Amino acid sequence: MSSELRYTANTQLEHLHARYTGTGHADLSKYDWVTHQHRDTLASIVGHPTLTSFLAIADGESKGRVKFEMTEKMLQPCGPPPRKDED
Amino acid sequence: MHLYNLTLQPPTATPQAIVGNFSGARQQEIITSHGTRLELLRPDPQTGKMATVIATDVFGSIRSLAAFRLTGGTKDYAIVGSDSGRIVILDYDPKTSSFVKLHQETYGKSGARRIVPGQYLATDPKGRSVMISSMEKTKLVYILNRDAAANLTISSPLEAHKANAIIHHIVGLDVGFENPMFAALEVDYTESDQDHTGQAFQNTEKMLTYYELDLGLNHVVRKWSEPTDRRANLLVQVPGGQLASSDRFDGPSGVLVCCEDHIIYRHMDARQHRVPIPRRKHPLEDPNRSIIIVTAVMHKMKGAFFFLLQSEDGDLYKVTIEHEEEEVRALKIKYFDTVPVASSLCILKSGFLFVAAEFGNHYLYQFQKLGDDDNEPEYSSTSYPSFGMSNPGAPLPHAYFRPRPLENLVVADEIESIEPIIDSKVLNVLPNSDAPQIFAACGRGARSTFRTLRHGLEVEESVSSELPGIPNAVWTTKRKEDDEYDSYIILSFVNGTLVLSIGETIEEVQDTGFLSSAPTLAVQQIGADALLQVHPQGIRHVLADRRVNEWRVPPGKTIVSATTNKRQVVVALSSAELVYFELDLDGQLNEYQDRKAMGSTVLALSIAEVPEGRQRTPFLAVGCEDQTVRIISLDPETTLEAISLQALTAPASSICIADMLDASINKTQPTMFVNIGLQNGVLLRTVLDPINGQLTDTRTRFLGTRPIRLIRVQIQRNPAILALSSRSWLNYTHQNLMHFTPLIFENFDYAWSFSAELSPEGLIGITGSTLRIFQIPKLGTKLKQDSMPLSYTPRKFITHPTNHYFYMIEGDHRVTGPDAAASKLDELRKQGQIIDDEVVDLPPEVFGRPKAPAGTWASCIRIIDPIEAKTVAVIPLDCNESAFSIAVVPFSARGGELHLVVGTAADTLISPRSCSSGFLRTYKFTDDGANLEFQHKTETDDVPLALLGFQGRLLAGVGKALRIYEIGKKKLLRKVENKSFASAIISLNTQGSRILVGDMQESVSFAVFKPPENRLLIFADDTQPRWVTAVAMVDYNTIAVGDRFGNVFVNRLDSKVSDQVDDDPTGAGILHEKGQLMGAPHKTKMLAHFHIGDMITSIHKVSLVAGGREILLYTCLHGTIGILVPFVSKEDVDFISTLEQHMRTEQSSLVGRDQLSWRGYYVPVKAVVDGDLCETFARLPAPKQSNIAAELDRTVGEVLKKLEQLRTTTSGF
Repeated sequence: MSSELRYTANTQLEHLHARYTGTGHADLSKYDWVTHQHRDTLASIVGHPTLTSFLAIADGESKGRVKFEMTEKMLQPCGPPPRKDED
Repeated sequence: MHLYNLTLQPPTATPQAIVGNFSGARQQEIITSHGTRLELLRPDPQTGKMATVIATDVFGSIRSLAAFRLTGGTKDYAIVGSDSGRIVILDYDPKTSSFVKLHQETYGKSGARRIVPGQYLATDPKGRSVMISSMEKTKLVYILNRDAAANLTISSPLEAHKANAIIHHIVGLDVGFENPMFAALEVDYTESDQDHTGQAFQNTEKMLTYYELDLGLNHVVRKWSEPTDRRANLLVQVPGGQLASSDRFDGPSGVLVCCEDHIIYRHMDARQHRVPIPRRKHPLEDPNRSIIIVTAVMHKMKGAFFFLLQSEDGDLYKVTIEHEEEEVRALKIKYFDTVPVASSLCILKSGFLFVAAEFGNHYLYQFQKLGDDDNEPEYSSTSYPSFGMSNPGAPLPHAYFRPRPLENLVVADEIESIEPIIDSKVLNVLPNSDAPQIFAACGRGARSTFRTLRHGLEVEESVSSELPGIPNAVWTTKRKEDDEYDSYIILSFVNGTLVLSIGETIEEVQDTGFLSSAPTLAVQQIGADALLQVHPQGIRHVLADRRVNEWRVPPGKTIVSATTNKRQVVVALSSAELVYFELDLDGQLNEYQDRKAMGSTVLALSIAEVPEGRQRTPFLAVGCEDQTVRIISLDPETTLEAISLQALTAPASSICIADMLDASINKTQPTMFVNIGLQNGVLLRTVLDPINGQLTDTRTRFLGTRPIRLIRVQIQRNPAILALSSRSWLNYTHQNLMHFTPLIFENFDYAWSFSAELSPEGLIGITGSTLRIFQIPKLGTKLKQDSMPLSYTPRKFITHPTNHYFYMIEGDHRVTGPDAAASKLDELRKQGQIIDDEVVDLPPEVFGRPKAPAGTWASCIRIIDPIEAKTVAVIPLDCNESAFSIAVVPFSARGGELHLVVGTAADTLISPRSCSSGFLRTYKFTDDGANLEFQHKTETDDVPLALLGFQGRLLAGVGKALRIYEIGKKKLLRKVENKSFASAIISLNTQGSRILVGDMQESVSFAVFKPPENRLLIFADDTQPRWVTAVAMVDYNTIAVGDRFGNVFVNRLDSKVSDQVDDDPTGAGILHEKGQLMGAPHKTKMLAHFHIGDMITSIHKVSLVAGGREILLYTCLHGTIGILVPFVSKEDVDFISTLEQHMRTEQSSLVGRDQLSWRGYYVPVKAVVDGDLCETFARLPAPKQSNIAAELDRTVGEVLKKLEQLRTTTSGF
């Protein structure tokens, strides 16, 4: 791959990442990946009426509460990020 | 294997409902989304009943709905946000009674994704623009307008994205005619994602952001963004703006921000007002529990407005805003009433409140008053320092109200909803029933029900009275043509006729001109004001002045059969001759000069009603003893000439010609159907070609064991046919399509229409010597539901091998059970607290049981008698235990005595699953199964989620472990164990020594028990991870499975592997085989796959029709009941699949989802044909129908017949 091509490919990739939140890349950390997974899952639970009902029945909560708690959880589904190595 | 999927009952859950004038008439209508279906409901303001106008499958998942109206318009449109990646604007066309897609704009990928809009919709109150938003980041704004021809136009989208922001809710602000504005509740996660200390997460703020659409510049700007309560969840629009005509403000504009425990009024550059959400003054109410508002509705009246907010407990609050021009003076909240927790509330201008319940039946309430002047405490923001905002971070002191029964609302109508179906069984327990019933455990919490579903129409009896003898026929008649109601009931006995007059009471009358000394064959109101009676000896024509013209039969002959309408009379004589009469213009009945000899005894005759504006109906159908039906002309040119002839398989017992509308055959005009009932109980329905009189398109149906009697009746002012055999059936038109449904009632010997003031739409029938007057209230429903209340959410139920009882387990999380509540109350009393008994004793069905923290359970075992539909016994569980599984086990160590084993767990937490201890409770059956005797309790280390009797022992799935238990004196004794399952075992099935183990996340594994080595071995599993919810064994090697995401699939094990495993005596072969793909050595092969769109909760292999084929019936969480029918021939597969292909191109989804990708949501569709799509063929316009039929080398009739046959022969529906 010529350096020029690499350069354009990268900018395109960055652009795509900015555009499509949740898309992975080669250097994705485990934390980022798992956080994306959880956010996707939580969004999917809120987005599919049957999944919301299912959780509401299992947990004895109202659907509104389930949706609210799931959306709240999207903020930080997997705890705080790991400490970044200072270099 | 190739399957045909057909929905018997569409989903009844209503995730969203909107109100508007969708048909453009003055009346308001409601559109409800059923997840995968749109329904238009019309409430009748007079009767307060809701009626379905149309319901359509959309072949996609509806996530949001909004109604909007262009400025100055009179008609509302519906905007649909779905998982199609498209925004769709729908218009209801009242002419064709269908939804029309006006616009469909693509903006993203399909699927319910995190950054693809569709989750939230907000419209500008003036109908100028709409915002559609996703869960994260993406918001698009479309501008709506009119073009020169007054058609609705939609712009290209404008972006209002905010990266890394989670969106909780959006709403359109009411700003009058200024630039449209939208408010969004957003949380930015950029910083919390970077900060490893967690400090940023703590400090994250929830922002209330205003987006302004600048109509002049055509772009969207972020106008204003301010932090609000961190636990805010919902925004409600507050009226605002100025009318052009006056300088008065409608309201202050802005939003209500609903947060945990608080409501905040908020607007740009305006003072905030905050009030607490009042909570119940209940002794067991946990003061630390927070309350959120789950749904809200704003209602504008002339010069005023108010809000109804509903909390998650179902309490409605009335919120009002006192304002002076644009400045808010006070925000006030008070308790209004308590109704079931809703997913949507709709207020109608006619004074009704529609509550689309999130679980169970939906309700329509009528407002009695608006809670204006009652003693309910009202909480105002003015009573708090700085209007409640002196310290926004700290909660306001709790406000309380006393819950009470409804005061402001009264129930007007209840719409049955079977959702959620949690478990079901299909079997025939009812006596005198030839089709199985579906028993379903439905509902959630204290509103749960056990329902019996039977195929058929509900019948409502209003009068039942005994007669002196056994009549053989009944008629009703008006006296004059333009009478509104019937005047006489005529009963024919073997040797006489009885005439009853209908008035204040029903009593016998003598002077009617009818012959009472002979039986009657037919009664007709004829001409303008005359009556006609046909008896075996002649015809009596009773004129208005009681003069009687009598036509007598030639001596030695009698009349054997007769048919009449308003202008024509045909009688058949015992000499096999037909005599034809017609009314002339003077009201004289004239005999046609010739009699027609049939050559064979006539058994049945029929003519249709006189068509509107005509003199006569041109066709007569005659059923003869020689097993034929002949069509004879009554046209003046060719009177009594035979036109066509159809041979039958048995002699006809009854014939009925009726003009009925069936849109699948003719969209605009009624079709003339000749229904022929045979003596062997088979009904033939043929179409009479009005031009050449030929009989075409014959459909057959077996109705029952008795000869059929057919009667033309009026149902909702439309012609319908009652077919009486060993069951009674009704053939009627509903929403332009023909339906054929049995009546769930006693059998009738004869029946007729009945119309009186009290029962304008009734029917009258005789069974034995009983006369019954009845109505059919719910046309269009295919399943009649009878329900019985339960205490808690049902979890599972099972049948008993010898008695007819059902054993059900129920359990509710986060709820205080009655026993626990009573002991807590006692404790409180001892402490000297005064308990408000009225509040404590409020019915839990409406108010719910007292809420408790997570890990608290209320649970019981219930014994149900399904025949009587009543509870026989309830065994409550104590010690915070809840039941999760149940099985009847014949323990061979006790000589095969049946025991009931219930798997329970104490202090269970749902996520992550944990419990202080699991238990296996063993019970003995007493009183023939009507009661249980506790034996012992065995501890387990995890929650036992699946139990099954297996070879005289108990097979239990306890968490990840599969175990076999033997019964002991004090405990169950663990014998074998296999712990290699992935997450948790949730279902068990067995045949022989094979065990099918359904794992919560890892699909179904095939295991085998090898007694010589005492081993449980897994020998085969699936290649895909599946979140199993229901499993049924189709045969020894084949399973049908439903998963959590709405898929159903069929997997099969290679028969070679199956034999090999069965032939291996010790299982050593399996044990030493190499695992494949980090699992079992063998894999099952997927044979069929289909996405239903609703989560399957149970699958059964049953036969729904007596002597019919076995099919797979499934029930789903949102109330769907469907079947999977295996095709019998390759030709059928080819034919129906080709039809499906054509339908895919012709019938595009209403939400813009591609049908093929919808049915292959997670895995591509395999070997399943979408019957629901194919059946929409009947609704296609005629040219398209004939095009498709031509491509298939069939006629339209043949295609329709095939579709109907697939439905009726397998399900009977």
